[in-house]
Amino acid sequence: MSDVVATTRTILVVGGGISGTTAALEAAEAGADVLLLEKDASLGGRVSQLSRHYPTLGPPACGLEIDLRRLGASRRLRVLTLAEVVRIDGQPGDYTATVRLRPRYVNERCTACGDCARAVEAEFPDEHDCGLGTRRGAYLPFPMAYPQRYVLDPRILGTPDAERAKAACKVGAVDLEMGEREARVKAGAVIWATGWRPYDAAKIEPYGYGRVPDVVSSLEFERLADPLGPTGGRLLRPSDGREAHRVAFVLCAGSCDKNHLRHCSRVCCAAALKQAACVTGRLGDEADVTLYYVDIRVTDFLEDFYRKVRSDPRVKFVRSKVAQMTRDVASASPVLHGVATDGGQRYAHAHDLVVLAVGMEPGVPEDALPSRLVTHAGGFVAPDPANGAIFAAGCAAEPLDVGRSIQHATAAALRALQVVRRVGGAEG
Amino acid sequence: MGEAGKVMIEAVEDRGEDYSGDFLAEVEARVEEGEWVTMCTQCGVCSGSCPLGPDWEHPPHRIFQLIRANRRDEVLGSPSVWMCTSCHACVVRCPRGVPVAHVMHGLAHYAVRRGLAPADPPTRRLAERFWENVVRTGRVNEPRLALSLLFANGLAEGVRRTLRSRDAGLGLLKAGRMSRLAAVAGDGVKDPAELRAILEKARAIELAKAAALED
Repeated sequence: MSDVVATTRTILVVGGGISGTTAALEAAEAGADVLLLEKDASLGGRVSQLSRHYPTLGPPACGLEIDLRRLGASRRLRVLTLAEVVRIDGQPGDYTATVRLRPRYVNERCTACGDCARAVEAEFPDEHDCGLGTRRGAYLPFPMAYPQRYVLDPRILGTPDAERAKAACKVGAVDLEMGEREARVKAGAVIWATGWRPYDAAKIEPYGYGRVPDVVSSLEFERLADPLGPTGGRLLRPSDGREAHRVAFVLCAGSCDKNHLRHCSRVCCAAALKQAACVTGRLGDEADVTLYYVDIRVTDFLEDFYRKVRSDPRVKFVRSKVAQMTRDVASASPVLHGVATDGGQRYAHAHDLVVLAVGMEPGVPEDALPSRLVTHAGGFVAPDPANGAIFAAGCAAEPLDVGRSIQHATAAALRALQVVRRVGGAEG
Repeated sequence: MGEAGKVMIEAVEDRGEDYSGDFLAEVEARVEEGEWVTMCTQCGVCSGSCPLGPDWEHPPHRIFQLIRANRRDEVLGSPSVWMCTSCHACVVRCPRGVPVAHVMHGLAHYAVRRGLAPADPPTRRLAERFWENVVRTGRVNEPRLALSLLFANGLAEGVRRTLRSRDAGLGLLKAGRMSRLAAVAGDGVKDPAELRAILEKARAIELAKAAALED
């Protein structure tokens, strides 16, 4: 940390997902000094968990790779991982952020060879795979992680595994003496890009999430559909490992609902259409997909994508907010109950896998924000003059898809640049 | 206008249906909680959650749709709104916060005021007898309420129905859920006169409100 020089002309970017990384790159490429902080061990954020983008169905790896190249070429951009902002004081042009730095227990000598991971025995649920798989106590968060440096899970410290990892490392990169530190950094403007987290589907009691293993969230589906995910991209039911053919998507699982999130999370409709296309693409004529929806909210050019999925005979559209999930006694499969309001039929459909298209909540809840900020209902940080030069970017500001997060982050970078240029002018 | 458009309009006219009336406005203005109707997004979670849902001729989401389609007689004359037992599953699940059960009761009440309610939907009979029973002393006399319902259609049927529900009745007595003495002695509130005054006042307010709505 001592080698990081931050001044009031620095733009501090908090969060290393697609929005934060984009904002940091745009600002640095425009000539500003930028410090990018990420609380996890790698940049990438939610996008790194996605299997495909809509409507192209292309993998997110392409975009991430381009960003990583730009990152390598940006001399004005510094990145710190395992760094969490706990407090921001000051005013536009003169902020001080208090940063908590968690230990990685692996220093910059790491060559990402993986010897430490092979040496340790303990396994933990893999956060990157939403706990659907496991990882070792020494691990690389995911193949495209940046920095390409392993991490030791703090839970193996003080166990023989920690010594095994240290002994296995040929370059002396494992440092068990590292500890948590706190640092203060200066900044002229802050870009708050802390992203989103999925709404806790267990709160939607009638849908059985958390009680029935074959009811998964849309983010968990992304991990199941990812060729680099825990199932190698096969849609295996968590309960018995059988491949799912009858797949249901339940839209508005927590969004547009005054009992849960009042706001529309904006991306779930298009994401569910994409996921339906993933199932038909993978299973061909064996796919039997049902999409339960209240209203399909796809805008502008996505209309074509919607029409395409809608015309696929393997994808049934049922206009209904699902009322209840039960389990079939014989097969243990989840059964969805409700009334289709476009025809009036009462249904009880059995599915192999039920995917809840969960809504978006801000990654950092309102009561945990490091500074008093004006927010929208639900805790998204508002574009309000009272927030000074703390500009929210991407899903910290509102529910956005990847493309619009990138646009939003670029706009935030411009606002931040204006502030630090003014500071520079006043000083210079 | 193209040919297709013409054909569609003729088809509607042929069926003699008029969707352009103001039943929605009438419901919004005159039915208690009627202003909620346009909040419905037709998601159907009310109908899917209703324990009696399969037994409704028009489940709640369709009642909302029929109001907007100007089907006045079909809504007010339907036994459907009388199917609601106030379990409130729909109320707690409605994503828009529509008090579905209350709207159903509002419609039922309005249908009675207009003389359009069906003659004898089961919950209407229960509601009326429950009211007669409870206002007398301020407490429900369960044996009397049960007997008045069982014998509502005359002695012969009453005996048959009483015998049919014998096991349930004996079970209630045995479990101490119904008092044997209550049928004759019964129990009431301390000051029935005060209760009557409260009810009269409530009635006057309700009548004034209804009269204002009729304007």
